[in-house]
Amino acid sequence: MDISKKKLEWIYTTMYRIRRFEETMLEQTLKGNSMGVAHTSDGQEAPPTGICAHLTDKDWIGSTHRGHGHCISKGLETDKMMAEVFGKATGQCGGKGGSMHISDFSKGMLGANGIVGASIPLAVGAALTAKLKGIENESVGVSFFGDGASSQGVLHESMNLASVWKLPVIFACENNGYAEATPSWYAVSAEDIASRAEGYGMPGVVVDGMDVFAVYDAAGEAIARARAGEGPTLIEMKTYRYHGHFHADDTSKYRKPEEEEYYKKLDSIKHFERTVTKQKLMTEKKLKSIRDAIEQEMLDAVEFALNSPMPDVSTVYDDVYVNYSNPIAGLR
Amino acid sequence: MTTSQANNPLGPGYEGVAGSEMRFRDIFRDTLRAEMNRDDDVFLMGEDISGGFDKDTKEPLDAWGGPFAATKGLVQEFGVERIRDTPISEAGFVGAAVGSALTGMRPVVDLMYFDFVTVAFDQLLSNAAKSRYMFGGQTKVPLTLFARSGAGTGHAAQHSESFYSMLAHIPGLKVVVPSDPYSVKGLLAAAIRDDDPVFLVNDKKLINLTGFVPDEEYIIELGKGRYMRRGTDVTLVGMSYTSVVCQQAADQLAEIGIDAEVIDMMSLSPFDEDILIESVAKTNNVVIVDEDTPRASMASEFAAVIADKAFDHLDSPVKRVTSPHSPVPYSRDLEIEFMPQPADVVGTVKKLLGRE
Ligand SMILES: Cc1ncc(C[n+]2csc(CCOP(=O)(O)OP(=O)(O)O)c2C)c(N)n1
Ligand SMILES: [Mg+2]
Repeated sequence: MDISKKKLEWIYTTMYRIRRFEETMLEQTLKGNSMGVAHTSDGQEAPPTGICAHLTDKDWIGSTHRGHGHCISKGLETDKMMAEVFGKATGQCGGKGGSMHISDFSKGMLGANGIVGASIPLAVGAALTAKLKGIENESVGVSFFGDGASSQGVLHESMNLASVWKLPVIFACENNGYAEATPSWYAVSAEDIASRAEGYGMPGVVVDGMDVFAVYDAAGEAIARARAGEGPTLIEMKTYRYHGHFHADDTSKYRKPEEEEYYKKLDSIKHFERTVTKQKLMTEKKLKSIRDAIEQEMLDAVEFALNSPMPDVSTVYDDVYVNYSNPIAGLR
Repeated sequence: MTTSQANNPLGPGYEGVAGSEMRFRDIFRDTLRAEMNRDDDVFLMGEDISGGFDKDTKEPLDAWGGPFAATKGLVQEFGVERIRDTPISEAGFVGAAVGSALTGMRPVVDLMYFDFVTVAFDQLLSNAAKSRYMFGGQTKVPLTLFARSGAGTGHAAQHSESFYSMLAHIPGLKVVVPSDPYSVKGLLAAAIRDDDPVFLVNDKKLINLTGFVPDEEYIIELGKGRYMRRGTDVTLVGMSYTSVVCQQAADQLAEIGIDAEVIDMMSLSPFDEDILIESVAKTNNVVIVDEDTPRASMASEFAAVIADKAFDHLDSPVKRVTSPHSPVPYSRDLEIEFMPQPADVVGTVKKLLGRE
C-alpha cells in the first residue's frame, strides 16, 4: 500500500473522530443540549477522509447540511464544533450558524450549507481564484454534495463552467442512496451520477464510498490532475448514512433492515481496521490508543460546549455588514 | 360558498356555526384533500410530499408525508400521478408547474421551507407572474405555491426567512399569510380556486396550534383582512404569526387598561387598505408587527398607506415592530432577540400612548 504510516494514522483518527462526533452530537441533541436541527454523517466517513487526506489548509472545500464530517476532515476542532451545535459563544461561528453552517475560513472550509446545491459553485469560485492567482498547484476546490443535490441545476451549470474554464475542481458526490426519504433510484435519471461527467467533458469515476482506500486513490488521481492544470473531475462515492436524515428522523419508515445491515457489514472503519492489521501496517494497540484519545476528546468537547457561555444578545446586530454599523436594531 | 354572514366569518364570532377545534396542520391537509376532490385538475408536487418508495414494488411509502407531515395520507387517496414527489430541482418543477398551469391544470407546489423559493425565483417572477400581462391577457396561471416561514425553531439563517415582502413586490403574484386554522382553510381553498398564481406562506410556529374551524365549506376572499379583537385605544396590525403576537400583546395591554384593536391582514398582495384606514380612524394610533426584516417590508408598506390615507386621524407616529435588519441567528437567545415579541409590542404601545 502506497500510504505513509503517518497518513494511515491520520485517516483512522479522522474517520473515528467523525464517527464519534456524530454519535456524541446526536446523543446530546436528543438530550436537548443542541439548539436546533442536526444532520449526522456517521457511515459516510470514508468520502471526506479519503479526499481531504490529499488537501492542505490552502485547498478549499464546499459542504452541505450534512457537514460535520467535511469539517473534521478539513481539520476543524471538535470542541468548537460541538459548542456551535450547542449555540454557544465559543462555537465556530459564535452561535450564529449552528450545525448547518459550521465553517472555518482559516482552514479552507467554505462552510456547511443549508440550501441543497448552493455550495457547489463556491468551490468552483475558489478554484477560479486559484487559477487567477496562478496557484492551482496548491489550491484546488472540492465540492461535496449528495445524490439529491445532483438534481439541482446549479450542479450542472457549475460542472460546465469548471470544465470550459479548466478549473481545479473536484465534484465529490456522496451518494448515500437517499435524499431525505426519496431513494436515488427514484429521483436520479442515470444509473451512476458519475456518468453526468461525460456530458461536461470531464472524467467521471464511481468509487466504493465505504472503502477509504478506494476513495483515497481516486481522489489522489483527480487532485493531481487538478493541480497539474488539467481541469475538473467528478467522483461519485457510493456510501450510506447510518442514522436518519436529521436527528429525529426514523429510517425504518423508508429503509429495509436488510439494507441497513448490508451497509453496516461494509463499515468503512472496520474495513480499515481489518486491512491495516492484516497487512501489518498498524497494530491493534495503536488503533486502540487512537480510539481512546478520541473518546477523551469527545468528553472534553461536550464539557467545553456545556460550560461555555451563551452569546450576548447584542451580537444579533453584528456582522451584517463589514463596514456599516446597522442602525436598524429592529424597529421597536 | 355557504358561509353564514351573520356570524361574521372574517373575525371572531364565527364560533356560532357548527365546527370543531382543529390543528392548523390537519385542516391544511383536509383542505388540500377537499380541493383535490372538488377539481380533478388540481395536483400536488414537491420533495418528499409522500416520501420514499419500496424498491421492489415501486409503491409509495408515504414515509414523510411531506415536510411537517403536511400531506400525509394523500398519496394513498390520490395516487402518485396527482401526489408527485419531485427530485430536488426547485427551478425545474416550479417552472414545470407554471407550464402546466398555462396549459390547463391547477398545480399546487410544496416548496418546503420558504427560503427555497429563491432557487425557483426566476420562474415565479419572470414566468408565473408576468405571462398573463406580457401576452396581452391571452392566458392565465392558476398556480398555488406554499412553504413554511419563520424563525424560532433553531433552523438558522437559511431555513427561517419571512421575506414575503419580496413576493408581494411582484405584480401578477398574490400572497396570503394565514394565521390560524380558520384562515388557512379559507385562504388555501381560495388560492387553489383563484386563476392567478398565489403564494401561501405558513409560519412554522403556527403549524401545531389549534383553533376553531367551521365544518362548512368556505373561502376567504383574497385581499381581505379581519378584526381579531375590537378596541378603541390603539390598532395592532399583524400578519401570519405576528397576528398571534398582537393578540398576546393585546391581552397584556388590557391588564394595564389599554384597549387594543387587532387586525389580521391575512392577504399581503393584494391587501386590505380599507380595514387599516377604518381602524386607525377609530383608534388614532397604530403599531404594525412584522417578523420580516424592516427595509422595504410589508410593515413599511402598510405604514405608507396609513400615512397617506389616514394621516388626519393619527394622534401619534405610525410605529413598526419588526425583526432587525439581519439574517436569522441560530442560538436560541439570539433568535428570541431577533423575533418581535409581545413585550416589544407592549413597550412600543406604552411609549406611544405616554403610559411608561
Ligand atoms: C434548495 C433546497 N431544497 C430542499 C432542501 C431540503 N433538504 C435538505 S437536505 C435534503 C436532501 C438532500 O439529499 P442529498 O443531496 O442526497 O444529501 P444527504 O441528505 O443524503 O446527505 C433536502 C431535500 C434544502 N435544504 N434546500
Ligand atoms: Mg443523499
